[in-house]
Amino acid sequence: MAAKARSLFDTAIMLPAVVDSFRKLNPFSMLKNPVMFVTEVGAGITTAVLFIRSGDEPVGFILQIALWLWFTVLFANFAEAMAEGRGKAQANELRKTRTKTLANRIHENGDIEQVPADQLRKNNMVIISAGEVIPADGEIIEGVATVDESAITGESAPVIREAGGDRSAVTGGTRVLSDRIKVVVTANPGESFLDRMINLVEGAKRQKTPNEIALTILLSALTIIFLVVIMSLKFFGLYSGMSFSITVLVALLVCLIPTTIGGLLSAIGIAGIDRLVQKNVLAMSGRAVEAAGDVDVLLLDKTGTITLGDRQATEFIPAEGVTMQELASAAQLASLADETPEGRSIVVLAKQHGLRGRPIAELPHAQFQPFTAQTRMSGVDIDGRKIRKGAASAVCDFIGKAFPLDVQGALNRISQSGGTPLVVVDGEKALGVIHLKDIVKGGLKDRFDRFRAMGIKTVMITGDNRLTAAAIAAEAGVDDFVAEAKPEDKLALIRREQAEGHLVAMTGDGTNDAPALAQSDVGVAMNTGTQAAKEAGNMVDLDSNPTKLLEIVEIGKQMLITRGALTTFSIANDVAKYFAIIPAMLIGVFPVIAPLNIMGLQSASSAVLSAVIFNALIIIALIPLALRGVQFRPVGAVVMLRRNLLIYGLGGLVVPFAGIKIIDILVNAFHFV
Amino acid sequence: MDMYGWIQLALFAGLLLALTKPLGVYLASVLDAGGKTFLDPVLQPCEKLLYRLFSIKSQDEQNWQQYAVSLSVFSLVSLLFSYAVLRLQHVLPLNPQGFGPVSPDLAFNTAVSFTTNTNWQSYGGESTLSYFSQMVGLTLHNFVSAAAGIAVATALVRGLSRHSARTIGCFWVDLVRINLYLLLPLSLILAVFLVSQGVVQNFKPYAAAKLLEPHTAVAPAITNIATQTIAQGPMASQVAIKMLGTNGGGFMNANAAHPYENPTPLANFLQMLAIFLIPSSLTYYLGRMVKNQRHGWAVWAAMLLLFLAGLTVCWQAESAGNPRMHALGVNPLGGNMEGKEVRFGIFNSALFATVTTDASCGAVNAMHDSFTPLGGLIPLLNIQLGEVVFGGVGAGLYGMLVFVVLTVFLAGLMVGRTPEYVGKKIEAYDVKMSALAILILILSILGFTAWAVVSNWGLAGLNNQGPHGLSEIIYAYSSATGNNGSAFAGLTTNTPWLNTTLAFAMLFGRFFMIVPILALAGNLAKKKLLPQSEGSFPVTGLTFVVLLVGTILIVGALTFVPVLSLGPVVEHFLMTKSAVVF
Amino acid sequence: MKDIIKELRTAGLATFFLAIILCCLYPLCVWGLGQLLYPHQADGSLLTEAGAVVGSSLIGQGFIGQEYFHPRPSAAGAGYDAAASGGSNLGPLSKKLLDMAAQRVAAYRHENGLARDALVPADAVTASGSGLDPHISLQNALLQAPRIAQARNISLESVRKKIQEHSEGRDLLVFGEPRVNVLMLNMSLNRTR
Repeated sequence: MAAKARSLFDTAIMLPAVVDSFRKLNPFSMLKNPVMFVTEVGAGITTAVLFIRSGDEPVGFILQIALWLWFTVLFANFAEAMAEGRGKAQANELRKTRTKTLANRIHENGDIEQVPADQLRKNNMVIISAGEVIPADGEIIEGVATVDESAITGESAPVIREAGGDRSAVTGGTRVLSDRIKVVVTANPGESFLDRMINLVEGAKRQKTPNEIALTILLSALTIIFLVVIMSLKFFGLYSGMSFSITVLVALLVCLIPTTIGGLLSAIGIAGIDRLVQKNVLAMSGRAVEAAGDVDVLLLDKTGTITLGDRQATEFIPAEGVTMQELASAAQLASLADETPEGRSIVVLAKQHGLRGRPIAELPHAQFQPFTAQTRMSGVDIDGRKIRKGAASAVCDFIGKAFPLDVQGALNRISQSGGTPLVVVDGEKALGVIHLKDIVKGGLKDRFDRFRAMGIKTVMITGDNRLTAAAIAAEAGVDDFVAEAKPEDKLALIRREQAEGHLVAMTGDGTNDAPALAQSDVGVAMNTGTQAAKEAGNMVDLDSNPTKLLEIVEIGKQMLITRGALTTFSIANDVAKYFAIIPAMLIGVFPVIAPLNIMGLQSASSAVLSAVIFNALIIIALIPLALRGVQFRPVGAVVMLRRNLLIYGLGGLVVPFAGIKIIDILVNAFHFV
Repeated sequence: MDMYGWIQLALFAGLLLALTKPLGVYLASVLDAGGKTFLDPVLQPCEKLLYRLFSIKSQDEQNWQQYAVSLSVFSLVSLLFSYAVLRLQHVLPLNPQGFGPVSPDLAFNTAVSFTTNTNWQSYGGESTLSYFSQMVGLTLHNFVSAAAGIAVATALVRGLSRHSARTIGCFWVDLVRINLYLLLPLSLILAVFLVSQGVVQNFKPYAAAKLLEPHTAVAPAITNIATQTIAQGPMASQVAIKMLGTNGGGFMNANAAHPYENPTPLANFLQMLAIFLIPSSLTYYLGRMVKNQRHGWAVWAAMLLLFLAGLTVCWQAESAGNPRMHALGVNPLGGNMEGKEVRFGIFNSALFATVTTDASCGAVNAMHDSFTPLGGLIPLLNIQLGEVVFGGVGAGLYGMLVFVVLTVFLAGLMVGRTPEYVGKKIEAYDVKMSALAILILILSILGFTAWAVVSNWGLAGLNNQGPHGLSEIIYAYSSATGNNGSAFAGLTTNTPWLNTTLAFAMLFGRFFMIVPILALAGNLAKKKLLPQSEGSFPVTGLTFVVLLVGTILIVGALTFVPVLSLGPVVEHFLMTKSAVVF
Repeated sequence: MKDIIKELRTAGLATFFLAIILCCLYPLCVWGLGQLLYPHQADGSLLTEAGAVVGSSLIGQGFIGQEYFHPRPSAAGAGYDAAASGGSNLGPLSKKLLDMAAQRVAAYRHENGLARDALVPADAVTASGSGLDPHISLQNALLQAPRIAQARNISLESVRKKIQEHSEGRDLLVFGEPRVNVLMLNMSLNRTR
């Protein structure tokens, strides 16, 4: 999968981006970014001045200003093109997984014909057998199969997909390993999640997010304000007996309008989506990414999110007349070939009871019975013994009679405490019970604490009884929990939280999660989930890892912070630019204002030029920040604000003083003016 | 900058602080249509009678559009009323000096100026207006325009504090309650105190005094002076509300520099306090309504900080005085006394100038035109920042809240959330309205000034040339747009062109500000109140105060840096580093 | 349309009735209380001599004679015109202001017999904001004292005593500046003649 962070200045992306920055000069496409549009018009005007020059302004000066203004626009375009390029590169890697495959389409009359995958339409039926690649996103309507989804998720262990239930969705590009399934196609070519994600990063179809719109309005307002300032300045100059040249006025205008954030705004948004893709999450809209930053309630399913999806063996309870050693030994044998985490945990537990590990190779005559979806048991036939372990009901069917009372009692006790019992049998004899327990994932408590510091509430949802739920909730450190939850309770809870003004995020995979996913502000559907769940949510996690919700929230916040930080930086920059340009403009007529030139810039024209160059270069300098996002620390708003203000607010005030001064020294050293 | 100045400043800030909470609490009950006050037994019958006469019910609320229509219609009607009074003063009573009708453009300018709470004085009170014109035509607006300003601020605060609401209060109820319960009692107390200090309150003709030493004046013309005509009138009642309502329109031409309007330093001190009193309490009211009292105090602290910064610069500049004068042999220890009264001295003149322009009052006890360049820069900048430092009654708070909204939006993203202010999300529409409010102000100030400085009609009125002339014109349009009313009064503005353009600047500054504010209020009211948490944008504490001050200075001041550089800043350097005169 | 007419009607009524309360009842109330409690102040703090009004203790008056203390320069009308208050409104770099100040400094030094380079008090050569400032600074008064003593042929000491008698300190010990009321001082000088 494409989940590798690529180097920022990958030439494969940079070169096309350079070309794109010129293509984006088209004024009609610039119109959607008012700040850069004004800059482009300014660049155009100064270029025109070059040809219809009047007055005694040196050509070299006008030429350099014009060039740097064009660079300012190009740099901003380049930032956007880079972000788009990186997004597209991510998407293309995903796309590569879809080789041109042939699909076995079932006609309405039952005939099967081979068609190229891209001719499949929604609601077509296809048959896929072991070894074949699934041609399109779809839903299994018949059969069970193991599927290798490593192309999408990077996880090598095959997964089971079956008709009905919550694990019926298959993704195009993945490969069926066993069995044969009948799948109904759920997306037309170009409409799959992947395609939608690709559209999201491509300029033409990108919709601005609500925050981006609001910010654009503010930036436009600032631009208009500075236009008024500059136009009126011409008149004030006339009153004061000085005629400011168009070149200098345009230069001042471009320096004052927020070009830094204006130039990087769309890049930041695209990069946010891009960072999600790197985490193997597809967002259906930029709005969803933004909403992730705003979320303040996380609904977390217990299983898979808070606890390891698979339970772990914690205890052996032998039946009457069976020693602990016997039970442990049988349990170990039954689990040797069981590669599920549960099976492995049994082997580990057996080891704790003094049994040495027995490599399978040592048992050449043993016949292992792997776990299957149908039997729901695993075991081994060895030395005439038929050792099996599995869920009580399945094992009960296997031995064909009821368990002894003491075993039944142990089963009940474990179930009531929220655990899962497995029964171990040897032939018809029940040897005892294995207690499988939920294990809370490591590091969650810390993480939830940090979320709490950020003002985010975590709520655990579980079907368990109150007692069990409370115990796990306490262990995991969630703020609240809902026990014995029915699927509709989730929806009700989301509605209640939203009515109080909260924004809610959740993960889900089942069809019965769909209403809740649709209602939530950020609904992350598991890629393994049903089509209904995926349609209802606004993000899909390809890894189907519910804990990812936490990272999604962090990415959302990081994007918003980056936007805010660069806006603050951009506006704070204006102070230094004024100190560079205003004295330069006035010193000709009023030499007495020399003390205002606090940077000690060498001449009026070098001051103006240096400010313009700084203004252009700062965009390039900040591209990495815009693409990577500012550093995110999960701390409370007060601390975060103070920290970012110090860096980007104070930094924005100070940096340009130094930057303009250095550029001024260079400009003079090389006799550019 | 002597010790007595610091003591007076400490007393001023201390008293302001002490009065903020009690009056803020009282305001909260006044601004609640069903609120109870200790004045109910006296005023409630009157309030009920007025509602009956207007045929409105006190519990009827309006949405923002209805609120804006009521406010605008009322402003228009009362504007026409005052215009009529001024035009007809020669046939109306209480005109002992027999003044003729006010000219159409001056009457328009004056009526607009009082309706908009500007109180720009193109007229000279004692030489133009009858007692009736002052008492009825002008004082009415001193009350109702102040009340309207408070009403708009209240509507905005209601918008912030309500959860998914459609309405923001009823304009007529707010108008009546603010006038009856707040402005009237406070004015009455202050007016009587002012009379005790020497402010006149009578309806007698101007007094004729036989001079102790009849003499001949040589400048501006040779005149034999044997008597002194001393203007009189119902002044105390008007001066009290002109301060409390941050109107600032003087009864006399010289405004609060006139010994009758402002006879003693004590009266002066209380008048300054009266200017800040209601705006300061409104911050407490804000905190109370949004259930975050610390936020109210944070806004107050930001205001105090800006006030102290401005005052310090102005006071320092005026104390240092004019080096050109010192070169002539004038004692530098006296500071810059041109245009100042001896009883107030440098400190109280600088303080008054800062206070009157921090607020949108515009009364003056010294002539700003004669301030040193940096001393004069402060009042000008204060106005250009939008008079948000305590500010005009109501207008200061809603202007400040626009900056708060912008601050929250600019920096709010930096905490990783959609910007949110006291539980209200700040979205595109809110940003649009806030930006519009600021944009119009800037457009009006810079646009009109740019037009005037290259037009003959603009330059004709100048009393000073060079950078100071630019300052006079930019001050005029800043003051008009900001609804301040103070002036670099050397500019002769009583000409048809200036009267008219200034009147339009006042109208733009008032109503093109109020309408977006009410739209903002309506939109905020509609939103859900989000619960506050550790992740919410902090609107209290030092960080927020610094941030707010920074935003005001950067967004507000950056706009005016170029023109200020060409005016006061250049003038300062010319004064200290050259021998140029104009 | 109907709504607008209703609004207009309410606005008209509001203007009318509020005007009655705020512009008639309120000023009359203040007038009544003022006349009752502080009639002298309410009527202008007028000073009378032999039944005739000679001025107001709050309003400055012009004096040019050698035997009188001189007030500050005034920009009100032809000087101390109490029906046309106002300041000079000249900026710090105004040629007119600086020329006038130079003249005033020279005149002040000359009439008070000061050295050519003696520093002149700021208030003595600058116009006040109202043009009706009744006060001068103590320093200004003391510099004028020898001239008055000479012109009136009285001891400098007695003039200084007069100045002390008519100097006002800060209000409540802190507010404002110490000052001398010129009209009151000159009246008191006349009374002792």
